[in-house]
Amino acid sequence: MLGLLADRLYMHPRLLLFVLLVPPFLWIGVLYLGSLFLFLSHAFFRIDDFTGQIQYRPTLQTLGAVLTTPANLDIVLRTLAMAVLTTLACMVLALPVAVYVSFHTQGLQRLIWLLLIVLPLWSSYLIRVYSGKLILAQEGILAWVAGRLGLEGVLASLLSTPLLGGPSLSSSYFGLLLVFTYIWLPYMILPVQNALDRVPKNLLQAASDLGATPWLAFRTVVLPLAVPGLAAGSIFTFSLTLGDYIIPTLLGPPGYFVGQMVYIQQGTAGDLPLAAAFSLVPVALVAVYLRLARKLGAFENL
Amino acid sequence: MERPGWLLRMMAYGALLFLHFPVLVVILYAFTTEDRTYHFPPPGLTLKWFGVAFAREDMWAALGLSFRVALVSTVVALGLGLFLALGMRFFRFALQDSLSLLVTLPIALPGIVTGIALLTTFRRLGVELGFWTIVAGHVTFTVVVVYNAAVARLRRLPDSWIEASLDLGANLLQTFRHVLLPPLVPALLSGAMLAFALSLDEVIVTTFTAGQEKTLPIWLFSELFRPRERPLTNVVAVLVMGITLVPLVVSQWLAYRDEGRA
Repeated sequence: MLGLLADRLYMHPRLLLFVLLVPPFLWIGVLYLGSLFLFLSHAFFRIDDFTGQIQYRPTLQTLGAVLTTPANLDIVLRTLAMAVLTTLACMVLALPVAVYVSFHTQGLQRLIWLLLIVLPLWSSYLIRVYSGKLILAQEGILAWVAGRLGLEGVLASLLSTPLLGGPSLSSSYFGLLLVFTYIWLPYMILPVQNALDRVPKNLLQAASDLGATPWLAFRTVVLPLAVPGLAAGSIFTFSLTLGDYIIPTLLGPPGYFVGQMVYIQQGTAGDLPLAAAFSLVPVALVAVYLRLARKLGAFENL
Repeated sequence: MERPGWLLRMMAYGALLFLHFPVLVVILYAFTTEDRTYHFPPPGLTLKWFGVAFAREDMWAALGLSFRVALVSTVVALGLGLFLALGMRFFRFALQDSLSLLVTLPIALPGIVTGIALLTTFRRLGVELGFWTIVAGHVTFTVVVVYNAAVARLRRLPDSWIEASLDLGANLLQTFRHVLLPPLVPALLSGAMLAFALSLDEVIVTTFTAGQEKTLPIWLFSELFRPRERPLTNVVAVLVMGITLVPLVVSQWLAYRDEGRA
């Protein structure tokens, strides 16, 4: 019976394709995409100041409030700056690991390295954020180590820096940058390592035979070949930082971030249009970024 | 193989330490006797927090719910992800590229946007929030994981195998069972393990789709703001890490073994 049905489907490949695609499409195309449109379209409506109800008349007022009010614009720029800095920090930390794993490990040793890189990616995000808070806390381990090494002065001057500082490491922008970098780093290592894996190993040998120092070989051979991987990884680090609200909420830096505004506006403030308008910021930035990354060959390394 | 320079080696090991050291601190603080601050070094060590945690009924309830949600969303994702992978691998159709981009959207866009979007829809449709709305949210991203694993494996299968099977008189279902499925099983298992681990840990989308229900990450998140009995959180954290470690290691091992075979 089922076999007969299968034969019939084989005679009509279009029907078979239809059967295969409809269930996933209903979930992702209809439920997910439909919800996304429904929610984001609220950015073009506004809340009535008197009744607190959503007025379903198209307006650009809500979006304007996000982009022109100085306080809101500050939040957008602060979030964008944090996303860029996190991405750069992840790149710097990821490259040596990727180079090491791709060019200098094999067999079981390679499996262990790969496992150690992937492990944090799938282990509890919440607990990893919490661990950052534990370490950076005022009386935490980092402050203790700094005290032991006689570096309290360095820590204090870091915390008094105008833009990066704050009352304690865990509630400073610098601490936040550290935690963001720590949380998203595996997302950068994996695609870079993927890109480097495709590089023929004798390329480095050739470079050194031709007289290149390791640093020159890295700059002229490895780095250009790592670009697609870096682009792929940056999609994650950039967009994840733009939209995250748990990390700043738990660490408590002085200023708000976009994700927190979305959370507050839809929840306690009850302003769904403003929440949608704030959401459009990361969505638009990620869309622009995806186009850019595609040009750099990011999608072959995801 | 060339020997790496000391600088490269140091930077690689340094990054690895940066990735793993914090979790060790979480484990250490599960045993501390100090229950209000994160004072380092801990004044003393104790096992009492494990007893306190195990006695918490709400913790067990949250753990049970998380398991059921992860199980159901993995099963649904297996079906949907496999269908999608088969369709994408063996057919050419209009808007195929758009569909592959659309599938990755739920992991590319911030979880908070996905969560509020689903919540808006559920409210508009009058759906009561609970178990099934949590599952609906989780499937949007677990399906991507299964799809990625399956489609990567299918791409490495030559077209000629299927042609040979059909030429020899097997129907589509038989071809699927005897030609496609055997090499797919490790990839599907590995994808399913990752999907399970992801679902077990998800907190952002769940915050919006759970209503009054509490999954373990939601429970943990609310515990993080308690001023007292802080080591309790660490005990549960250690527990959660232990639980998710198993599917992860199995998944990695399966993928590794499969790679050697292809």
